[in-house]
Amino acid sequence: MAKLPLEGIRVVGMTQMWAGPIAEMHLADWGAEVIKVESLHYLAVGTRGPAPRHAKYAVDFVKGGYAAYLKEGYDEVNGRPWNRSCMFNVHGRNKLSCTVDPMRPKGKEILRRLLQVSDIFIESNQPGVMENLGLTYDVIKDWNPKIIMVSMSGFGQSGPLKYYRALGAHQEDFLGHTYLRGYIDRDVTANSAIYHGDEASGTTATFIIVMALHQRNRTGKGMFIDISQTEATMLQLGEAIMDYTMNKRITERTGNRDLYGAVQGCYRCRGEDRWVCITIRTDKEWQGFCRALGHPDWTREDKFSDAFKRWHNHDELDKHIEEWTSQHDHFAVMRMLQNEGVAAGPVEHPDDAYNDPQMNDRGFFETVTHPECGTHRYPGLAYRMSKTPNHIRRPAVRLGEHNEYVYKHILGVSDEEYAELEKEGHIGMDLVPGLEIGKYKAE
Amino acid sequence: MAEQPLSDVRILDLTWHIAGPNCTKFFADYGADVIKVEKPGEGDPARRLGPFHEDDPHPEKSGLFLYLNTNKRGITLNLKTQTGKRILKDLVKDVDILVENFSPHVMPSIGLDYETLEKVNPKLVMTSVSNFGQTGPYRSFKASEIIIYGMGGAMCTTGVGDCEPVKKGMNVIQYQGGTMAAAATMIALYAARAQGIGQHVDVSLMETQMSSIDRRMSELLAYEYNNELTPRMDIAGLLQYPYGIFPCADGYVDVAGGFMFLNRIERVLKVPLMEKYGGVNQFNMERREEFMGTIWYPWVMERTRREAVEACQAARVMSAPINTTEDLLKEPQFQERGFWAEADHPVVGRLTCPGRPALCTELPWEIRRPAPLLGEHNEEVYTSLGYSKEDLVKLREGRII
Repeated sequence: MAKLPLEGIRVVGMTQMWAGPIAEMHLADWGAEVIKVESLHYLAVGTRGPAPRHAKYAVDFVKGGYAAYLKEGYDEVNGRPWNRSCMFNVHGRNKLSCTVDPMRPKGKEILRRLLQVSDIFIESNQPGVMENLGLTYDVIKDWNPKIIMVSMSGFGQSGPLKYYRALGAHQEDFLGHTYLRGYIDRDVTANSAIYHGDEASGTTATFIIVMALHQRNRTGKGMFIDISQTEATMLQLGEAIMDYTMNKRITERTGNRDLYGAVQGCYRCRGEDRWVCITIRTDKEWQGFCRALGHPDWTREDKFSDAFKRWHNHDELDKHIEEWTSQHDHFAVMRMLQNEGVAAGPVEHPDDAYNDPQMNDRGFFETVTHPECGTHRYPGLAYRMSKTPNHIRRPAVRLGEHNEYVYKHILGVSDEEYAELEKEGHIGMDLVPGLEIGKYKAE
Repeated sequence: MAEQPLSDVRILDLTWHIAGPNCTKFFADYGADVIKVEKPGEGDPARRLGPFHEDDPHPEKSGLFLYLNTNKRGITLNLKTQTGKRILKDLVKDVDILVENFSPHVMPSIGLDYETLEKVNPKLVMTSVSNFGQTGPYRSFKASEIIIYGMGGAMCTTGVGDCEPVKKGMNVIQYQGGTMAAAATMIALYAARAQGIGQHVDVSLMETQMSSIDRRMSELLAYEYNNELTPRMDIAGLLQYPYGIFPCADGYVDVAGGFMFLNRIERVLKVPLMEKYGGVNQFNMERREEFMGTIWYPWVMERTRREAVEACQAARVMSAPINTTEDLLKEPQFQERGFWAEADHPVVGRLTCPGRPALCTELPWEIRRPAPLLGEHNEEVYTSLGYSKEDLVKLREGRII
């Protein structure tokens, strides 16, 4: 049996929000030992829930949505909401967690010892944070010349926007993506914050990190990698940027319309907030579409008789299409059209996704038992490999869950020293009450 | 300067359109020798998609193709002929990676499935990128950018509540599928080098969306945990201190105020909001309307994007201008970091396009050659396989290349 591809690689992560953590997840999924270094005094923003501090109100305040916590069985006194966050528990799988307070000298020493025996160090903090902690590459490379350090901030480690604060949504504003999405007939304020930048830059970072390991195997040298999340995401708008550099044309948003002239839209179906997307490219597909509908009279009208005419009468065509789709279930529309060779698919709410025949046939969702959350179905691996079959091997890691392993096994800390570090608020599984970032001065 | 990190990697690239070519672009730009195989006469369908240089719809002038295929060598080969298949197998012997993004039935139907190619080259990493994956009831279904996002992604919560769900911009879903395929392929290559195992990597675009951290995965888990569906809503309409996209003097700005950063918003506006309207518990719709009408809109409407964003960032409030591609090209940040790359192409001349994904002296990124003309490297590649010039003439006449 082959080993997982990245077995034997140790990664230390001090990351925030989503972009850094998703890169850690890919590495952990494929066998790297990923150790999240966290603090009992302050939780990195947007990792274990939306807020750096947690209380009952935080659990209640977030109503539904991706920032929610698992509410069932929450115990106000002993509950640890930071182990129950939907924002974290989807990417926290297969990782390890240890706690240390990097603001104090003893904590810094622990980090030094850990980085000395690691291959990769990922951080996704605002520039300046690592300088303040004394954890820049210049310092770390003296401890471990072979280490690969990756900094992934919103705009990179240089330039006039270096210190700008941004979530994925704000990076997308800067790089032009927000302007390019939304409705044709409404202005850009009719929009929702999406975080494509986290996904795009986190996946790009995964590629870069594994490539850096490959390069290190060839040269024997460590390195510092500066990833600007905005730049990494911009790579996905190639043709819009090229239209400006080649033709000085500003690309405008096209809503749900196709960029290349096909009939396309998102149409209402039967049921509450249920929709289907349809794309009809060729005459052959148009004929298939008409067959699926049983050739109603309007499909024979001259104004829909070729692709050019259909494009010019798209608004009217949309009304006819929606009149038909709104009588049917969204999955039924997909089947009727796909059977006739037409591209169509339902807009899947989470309840649809968990019941989707394709997802279930491929075993995408995996049932995992988490010690504080019980048994649930989680989104699984993003891609499959035939010789190294793989699953979620461990549930989302709890804060400080692997302190014993990291301190005693990896760093060889004695029982006495361990107890002392516990007393001093470095080691533990519960936040230290009343202590927040900024309250510490160097000892 | 260090050698390019993938200069020891060879790739046979059967990809077309966006997702597949974006995968192999990462490898080519970092030094891999990527041989792109196109259909004789027609080539990659992306050659027929715009935008075109000076709006001339010529197969060597597609901006999409020119961007996605930098640093690749191009050959033509008809995979449906016996000779074509034989040549392909010859090529497979000598590469580390093969990437394809045909519909899943195509490679088996022409006798070039992984099981066959594995016998030719046991260390081969073969990556197949498809809409729904190599298996399952949807494997032959057709799809498009919007359909993949609708089925796999968080489209149900993208847009505003009183309208239909709306897709992301341009073709980012397919690009992202290609980026994910590049990461998967790199991981598999690492295993091939370390352990000597080749394997078949199965990338489903629907699954790349279903496992996206753009908030899709968290929304899935929120439903599983609490049985609650996330609503599709306009964040600007939430009961919050300014949060969302707002019109300003010269366009639009995005400001993330909210409750968590109330003290910072107070510093931006120089108004004691907490005192005037109260915090989380006292802020209601009536108070919000007064706040937005008398304080927020007057403040933001009389400022330019730059002024508003600078004032917010100075108070540590996350904010950004809504840029067009023109604004982006003029943004000093990316120029100062040397982000933009240039290439000289024999037909369209000098091109400017997005550059390196990361900045690192040990990982040099470079455009060594522009995207290939159709069949540009036929002679070079086929003669290296031992074919003579006379053979090439025959192959051309037989429409094999």
